[in-house]
Amino acid sequence: MQEPVTFRAELQSWLAENCPAEMRDGRTDDETICWGGKGWEFTSEAQKLWLDRMAAKGLTTPTWPVDCGGAGLNRGQEKILLEELAAINARPPLLSFGIWMLGPALLRFGSEEQKQTYLPPITRGEVRWCQGYSEPGAGSDLASVQTKAEDMGDHYLINGQKIWTSYADKADWIFALVRTDKDAPKHKGISFILIDMSSAGVSTRPIRLISGASVFCETFFDNVKVPKENVVGEVNKGWDIAKYLLTHEREMISGGAQGLLGGRALGAVLADGADDAAPMDAVLRAEALACEIDGLAVALTLERYKDQAEAGQGVGHASAMLKYTGTELNKRRHELLMSAGGSDALDWEGVHGSLPADWLRTKANSIEGGTSEVMLSIISRRVLGLPG
Amino acid sequence: MQNLLKTDEETMLTDSARGFLDQAAPVSEFRKLRDSGTSYDPALWRQMAELGWAGILVPEANGGADMGHAAAGLLAGEMGKTLVASPFLSTAVMAATALRQVSGSRAGEALTAIAKGELTYALAIDESAKHDPVKARLAAHKVGNGYQLNGEKTFVVDGGFADRVLVLARTGEGETALTLFDLPADHDGIARTSKAMVDARDAAQLSFENVAATGEDILGTLDDAMTVLGPALQAGQAALAAEMAGLATGAFDMTVGYLKERQQFGVTIGAFQALQHRAAHLWSEIEVTASAITHAGRMLDQDPDNATLAVSLAKARATQTAKLAVIEGVQMHGGIGMTDAFDMGFYMKRARVAAEWLGDYSYHAEQVAQCRGF
Repeated sequence: MQEPVTFRAELQSWLAENCPAEMRDGRTDDETICWGGKGWEFTSEAQKLWLDRMAAKGLTTPTWPVDCGGAGLNRGQEKILLEELAAINARPPLLSFGIWMLGPALLRFGSEEQKQTYLPPITRGEVRWCQGYSEPGAGSDLASVQTKAEDMGDHYLINGQKIWTSYADKADWIFALVRTDKDAPKHKGISFILIDMSSAGVSTRPIRLISGASVFCETFFDNVKVPKENVVGEVNKGWDIAKYLLTHEREMISGGAQGLLGGRALGAVLADGADDAAPMDAVLRAEALACEIDGLAVALTLERYKDQAEAGQGVGHASAMLKYTGTELNKRRHELLMSAGGSDALDWEGVHGSLPADWLRTKANSIEGGTSEVMLSIISRRVLGLPG
Repeated sequence: MQNLLKTDEETMLTDSARGFLDQAAPVSEFRKLRDSGTSYDPALWRQMAELGWAGILVPEANGGADMGHAAAGLLAGEMGKTLVASPFLSTAVMAATALRQVSGSRAGEALTAIAKGELTYALAIDESAKHDPVKARLAAHKVGNGYQLNGEKTFVVDGGFADRVLVLARTGEGETALTLFDLPADHDGIARTSKAMVDARDAAQLSFENVAATGEDILGTLDDAMTVLGPALQAGQAALAAEMAGLATGAFDMTVGYLKERQQFGVTIGAFQALQHRAAHLWSEIEVTASAITHAGRMLDQDPDNATLAVSLAKARATQTAKLAVIEGVQMHGGIGMTDAFDMGFYMKRARVAAEWLGDYSYHAEQVAQCRGF
């Protein structure tokens, strides 16, 4: 393995040459970052160049194996990469559910052929994925999914409905939980399947949210034919993959709590909007300070659990704690930012940019991927061993 | 890269400490001390010294184990779990750290005696109900070739029994014109009054009346107390935070144990979601605080000049978490939690004293504010 010092030095000079100036504005919001996919329209030549150059080095998915389109970095190297990207204020070259969710699932449960087929296009931003988990009747009780996949001999026939499918209207493919055995106990009749969104019978309808955005959709499956080789892992064992990904998703969502303010101190962010002549309101300052203290400790806890995962010890049910603390903190932070902004922050198009929409968006953090209450119940039963 | 996991060596230290304390110093031992009006057990401290704990921060050349602040925090945490009262924080952590900042045979001899468990120290810093060292007013006036100390110190932890005392005194007009004196506690002119502390441990009021000191008694240099005292206070704050995190864990373990055994309404009360979620929230807070504790120990060991944020973060979080753990501990135990015969009250009282000692939540939050652009 390359020496950290050499690795950093080489990375610095490569980034200096290859990160376009326009991509160094430090923006990380959903609207600005490239999500890739067949229908993606690059907002600038620089956005395309930045994606292509990073993808060619495997750096859109730095820790994935090289033969799957990654760069094969260890966590120490990944940390250096993230530090160097932050140092030049670089935007992430690519965001996607393929990177966050499907990739880790395939790397762990997928066949060699599935890895080779699906992973490289994700790393290059060519195929955009969405996640089909929740249904109108299966929210917190996810294992109650009813969307059914009938075995038709050479293919499955899918019928049903998904909800809260993020960006389903923009995705090329969906990874979904479907019921392949309606007679088995509910956790044991579920399979994890990959469906081409351009298949006949798939349709989507965006849901308008309190933030005004429509990132979530309803997704309908009406006699959709799916090849049998699209099942990941064993048939009827999809819940194992779902659980693994939920754990992973919880870590991702809790990790977002640090990233949302670009790692900046809350004090500095609040000071941006403050009137130089007047000191920050004492009550607000005290609340923000308490939030900052908790935020720093939560960030350290994420680091500690990443160290633990890296050491091969796994994170287990503690991911429920990371998700719970991270998302509740993020809601608290955004309430404080809104308070600090006062009436200026009430304007959809005002000086605080996307803050009003971001504030509303954070309210979903403690619902999606398992509610805070579900997290507390998981901790209670699985970690503390209380009866349940 | 800093790693927040325990090393194998640290795991061994923790396990052996737990094994020793479970046998030699369970909470029932603390209860005996409380009942007999004794603030600590000198025989237990001698045993700890034999295990190398008194010299955990003393250089090997002076007979110490020199294992560093993260290790000291692990020991403090294990002591916190079962409320072990000892001179560990004042003597082995703070005085040893202060003495290490200076060279000279006198400091070296003191370190050697500390490691052997033969010398105890107290720090006389506070003068009002809130910790704020730079506001110290106890005066050390130049008289002839020496100094004369006059003033009052309060909340001098271990001040009732310690052999020596580190006294923070004002030696000039400027804000930072402070000097640290290292004096025998029974020195002429020092009057010690032990306080009846809620946690049943030692803390004294010290009055200084025309106490004569010489330049030899200055630890470090004149008008520069903080070079010596600063690292000592940080070491103490980090170790105290670790003790509080251990205390929170001890209280929490008792509480979860009770939730699993207490029957009401025909069921184990741990089956009630209202209690499950309170317990799960408390566990989350303890986990988050644990990271800040380890981080503070690592920073003191690896980058002590930049450890202020880490140490204050740890003390602030530990204060809140310990408070929550004991409040929830009493509430979830119900009436029995309010009785003196039950141990939870000891945890609550110690958590309150530890919250105030070496800077309360507000004091450390303000340190965080300075470091984070507030």
